[in-house]
Amino acid sequence: MTTPLAAAKFDGVASSPSTLRAFLHGLPGVDRVGADARAAMLGTRSIKTTAKKQAIDTAIAMVDLTTLEGADTPGKVRAMCAKAVRPDPTDASVPPVAAVCVYPDLVATAVEALAGSGVKVASVATSFPSGRSSLEVKTAETRLAVAAGAAEIDMVIDRGAFLAGDYLKVYEEIVATKEACGEAHLKVILETGELATYDNVRRASWLAMIAGADFIKTSTGKVSPAATLPVTLVMLEAVRDFLAVTGRKVGVKPAGGIRTTKDAIKYLVLVNETAGPDWLHPDWFRLGASSLLNDLLMQRQKMATGRYAGPDYFTLD
Amino acid sequence: MFEYAPAPESRDIVDIRPSYGLFIGGEWVDPQGEDRHKTVNPATEEVLAEVAWAGEADVDRAVQAATKAFPVWSAMPGAERAKYLFRIARIIQERSRELAVLETLDNGKPIREARDVDLPLVAAHFFYYAGWADKLAYAGFGENPRPLGVAGQVIPWNFPLLMLAWKIAPALACGNTVVLKPAETTPLTGLAFAEICRQAELPPGVVNIVTGAGETGAALVNHPGVDKVAFTGSTEVGRLIARSLAGTSKKLTLELGGKAANIVFEDAPLDQAVEGIVNGIFFNQGHVCCAGSRLLVQESVAAELLEALKRRLGTLRLGDPMDKNTDIGAINSAEQLARIRELTESGEAEGAERWSPACPIPDRGYWFPPTVFTGVAQSHRIAREEIFGPVLSVLTFRTPAEAVEKANNTPYGLSAGVWTEKGSLMLWTASKLRAGVVWSNTFNRFDPTSPFGGYKESGYGREGGRHGLEAYLAV
Repeated sequence: MTTPLAAAKFDGVASSPSTLRAFLHGLPGVDRVGADARAAMLGTRSIKTTAKKQAIDTAIAMVDLTTLEGADTPGKVRAMCAKAVRPDPTDASVPPVAAVCVYPDLVATAVEALAGSGVKVASVATSFPSGRSSLEVKTAETRLAVAAGAAEIDMVIDRGAFLAGDYLKVYEEIVATKEACGEAHLKVILETGELATYDNVRRASWLAMIAGADFIKTSTGKVSPAATLPVTLVMLEAVRDFLAVTGRKVGVKPAGGIRTTKDAIKYLVLVNETAGPDWLHPDWFRLGASSLLNDLLMQRQKMATGRYAGPDYFTLD
Repeated sequence: MFEYAPAPESRDIVDIRPSYGLFIGGEWVDPQGEDRHKTVNPATEEVLAEVAWAGEADVDRAVQAATKAFPVWSAMPGAERAKYLFRIARIIQERSRELAVLETLDNGKPIREARDVDLPLVAAHFFYYAGWADKLAYAGFGENPRPLGVAGQVIPWNFPLLMLAWKIAPALACGNTVVLKPAETTPLTGLAFAEICRQAELPPGVVNIVTGAGETGAALVNHPGVDKVAFTGSTEVGRLIARSLAGTSKKLTLELGGKAANIVFEDAPLDQAVEGIVNGIFFNQGHVCCAGSRLLVQESVAAELLEALKRRLGTLRLGDPMDKNTDIGAINSAEQLARIRELTESGEAEGAERWSPACPIPDRGYWFPPTVFTGVAQSHRIAREEIFGPVLSVLTFRTPAEAVEKANNTPYGLSAGVWTEKGSLMLWTASKLRAGVVWSNTFNRFDPTSPFGGYKESGYGREGGRHGLEAYLAV
């Protein structure tokens, strides 16, 4: 829920298509060259020894371990849940991941498998990944996922409406989905690979936040490019500025394409030096990924033992 | 908190000799006098090496070596000269890590900048002018443009190897031979370059390097055997050189000081403008002649922009230049530090408000925290004089016309930056600014293909690009 302060700040912004458009187009522009250069510079930070150890454990605890395939089965989801709770069966000091992320029909399976573990269940909803359905279907799907026990809903925005300039439709869908979530946290997927420009990423971020998003998320993982450092930079600037204006803190989740420890650490540096260290917590930053976890485990073991173990020494799921 | 552990670059890769002679005629030679000088690491005050200070007789010897090499080098087909330049460029790339470490040790700049900015540009400059060597007939200076002869070149301490590249690459491509004097506080990469010339088997005498201070430079530029003088440094010294060369047939280019305006309009991309301001004045500790030392911000966004800027400055990492995560390194010398202190004190005395982020300063070495002055008037010394340090003066304006008027209200005219998302305003502003370089929504971006140079007291002549050839050809 938006706080009264936040609601008051943006009272009237979404009262008509023109006021909403004026607000979003009044945000400062993003210079692509400059944003790319800043993200690339932060990517050169050298995170070694104790800092690397800390970063790896932080990253593991931020992973939303994800399976979103047509071939997903209860067996596959149960196996992934076991991995989520105990990522490295040989080392109890490895923290569990933040959440697992599944399709709505597998939420119940995941909830059962994770009962009492502290690992949350997130479900995609609203006709993921395209979002091409009616609002009724989208909210109904959201309610079903929440009823099945999902603590977090990862919705997709209607990119077609956004690109057509119908911001109010996007806004209203987010508000309706937020309402359908009840107590569940709402992550709003912008699908930045389809929004294409950084100006659009900034506008979509603000649109989602004023509509009540608890998290803004880059991508479904089904579109290329998925998460990139500069796009995440623009989103981190948005949550930072939104907090300054409204007093409400919104989380960020890059998802898709983050496969290596090196990549994950670059994202943590980006968070640290953009939104600030207050965001370096699973409550405020997540990494949507599947194969990343094993690379983090491999690097963690290398830090501890000085040697790399082969991929067969880390469980698939 | 996410503390980055120290990530120091290893200095084992460089081999610094205890003492250096002069590089004349392809050989290391001892100076005739006894005058030697220690070069120190400004971050630690540790002595790195002892360097000869060349006297008049040594300079004469170097000019003679260059004169002797000129007929062979200038008669060589351009394609052959290009081979040497390409070879030098490749060796620089191969040895870039070593050269970056050496530059950081001797200069105090962060290794990240030496590695990611200086060295790639140095190599790019040699590659670029290597490409021109056999195409001079098509450069627009006539069918068969001739070189001038011996070029006497004097370079500053802020980008020692890069300034060397800016000077030597076009001179050699055009068929001149050179005698170059590095700055007295940063001679080591120039001396390493002498080794690279030997490695590339450059004919003896084509490049000669004489180390020393002002007297050595004066001996070089006033030597009758020198046909062309190129100087980068302070306006004060530039004036002396111009005076002493007046009436001679020597060709002169000067790249001098600056007090660049970085203009931020209300419709600017603010987050990138903040980065551009930081890069404009805190890059290389502000030891940049084209630094964006005057921020001109439209009043309607001034408060918002300054808040964002201060927040950003809080994340700058000042300290060991050899740490790969350091953003702000050491001030190059005690002398420069004293000048920065004196000017910032005058800023306070004249009524401007001083601000720096909380920033621990190392015990040894020469350091100055990133500093912002607000409430600065055009009449304040910190708005008029070049500080050459990490000190930003912030002024505001109301209209585009006022911005341009204030930006141009300086004896300098080296560079400027403009930040707006509106193309027509960008073009209008750029066309009104009297500055050699105008950056559009960026700052301190360099490229060998782009000419660089000043208006007014920032000097004359252009370096870089096709224009940079003109200074080294008889046209």
